[in-house]
Amino acid sequence: MIYLQLFFVYLQIGAFAFGGGYAAMPLIQSLVVEGKGWLSMAEFADLTTIAEMTPGPIAVNSATFVGQKMAGLPGAIVCTLGCILPSLIIVLILAYLYTKFSNLDIVKKVLGQMRPAVVAMIASAGMGILLMGLFGTSVFAEIQFGSLRLIELCVFIVCFILLRCKKAGPIQIIFLSAAAGTILYCVL
Amino acid sequence: MDKKISYGKLFIEMLKISTFTFGGGFVIIGMMQKKFCDELHWVSDEEVLDMTAIAQSAPGALAVNSAIIFGYRMGGIQGVLVSTLATIIPPLVIISIICNIYDAFSTNKIIQIALQVMRAGVAAVIMDVVLDLGGKVFETKDWINVCLMIAAFVVSWIFKVSSITLILLFLCLGVARYFIERKKVQA
Repeated sequence: MIYLQLFFVYLQIGAFAFGGGYAAMPLIQSLVVEGKGWLSMAEFADLTTIAEMTPGPIAVNSATFVGQKMAGLPGAIVCTLGCILPSLIIVLILAYLYTKFSNLDIVKKVLGQMRPAVVAMIASAGMGILLMGLFGTSVFAEIQFGSLRLIELCVFIVCFILLRCKKAGPIQIIFLSAAAGTILYCVL
Repeated sequence: MDKKISYGKLFIEMLKISTFTFGGGFVIIGMMQKKFCDELHWVSDEEVLDMTAIAQSAPGALAVNSAIIFGYRMGGIQGVLVSTLATIIPPLVIISIICNIYDAFSTNKIIQIALQVMRAGVAAVIMDVVLDLGGKVFETKDWINVCLMIAAFVVSWIFKVSSITLILLFLCLGVARYFIERKKVQA
């Protein structure tokens, strides 16, 4: 029964992929490529590229990709559900506890302490994307100022000003950057 | 559920965010902060940060986890179903289409350029959010926290310390500081 197998493999990926994003890739590789042989290494490489080029979490994207290949749309749905079921159960419990106990002093203090860390992690993710956009690498040591991409720099500055001064919406900004940048690249 | 928030609106907003968010979990958090705090005022900045910390401490994708906890905060179990569905439908549809036209998609020059320059726009959105949220931490004038935030940024960015490690570290720190302060009050 392929649906059950798909479901249980993705249940494991959903339950054990802590840290999200690329942390899930080694797990997907060992279970799906090496364990079940559902994807070849070349297909796995394709999957990595697709996951980078599309919106959505990598684990969910890979669930659809593998499910589609093995059993069409029903397979994709089964894999995706398996992948998010552990999250649903665990996060629901945490969400319930949060709404119930967020007035306790110790909970307030601990959550308050975690806020600076969350801001730092968002900043770190943003910095990685910014450097990737401006220099083509997100590794600090590999940055060469000669490789600064001027079109991206202009797009970044204009978007940033629109966000800070004009309170532009985030989705409009993403659209605008893609459209304006592509036109600039084609014209220049 | 508040009167001004309907399940339909929640579904549409989450669907839009999930469809257009390129670049990983924390980008989703940035988008949610801009949409649900700044624009719609459904939740406070502090709540977004709390929910992110909780979402990050569970297994699974940050985008899905934060959609679950946000949905619960907005409308209980039904809210969870609405916001989770809205989060997984776009990747389900997009990947289903793309895995059939993979070669044409991944070698298309225009798509490659668009995805590359889009990073500059995504980075601008995140940096805007970081300025707002980081500014709030400065406003508390809790200088220990300000230093910890900068230290956490450095170890996360330069040394690539994983976010789950950071979350657990700050959780322990919070517990420790709670008991130290309580001792001071008692003494």
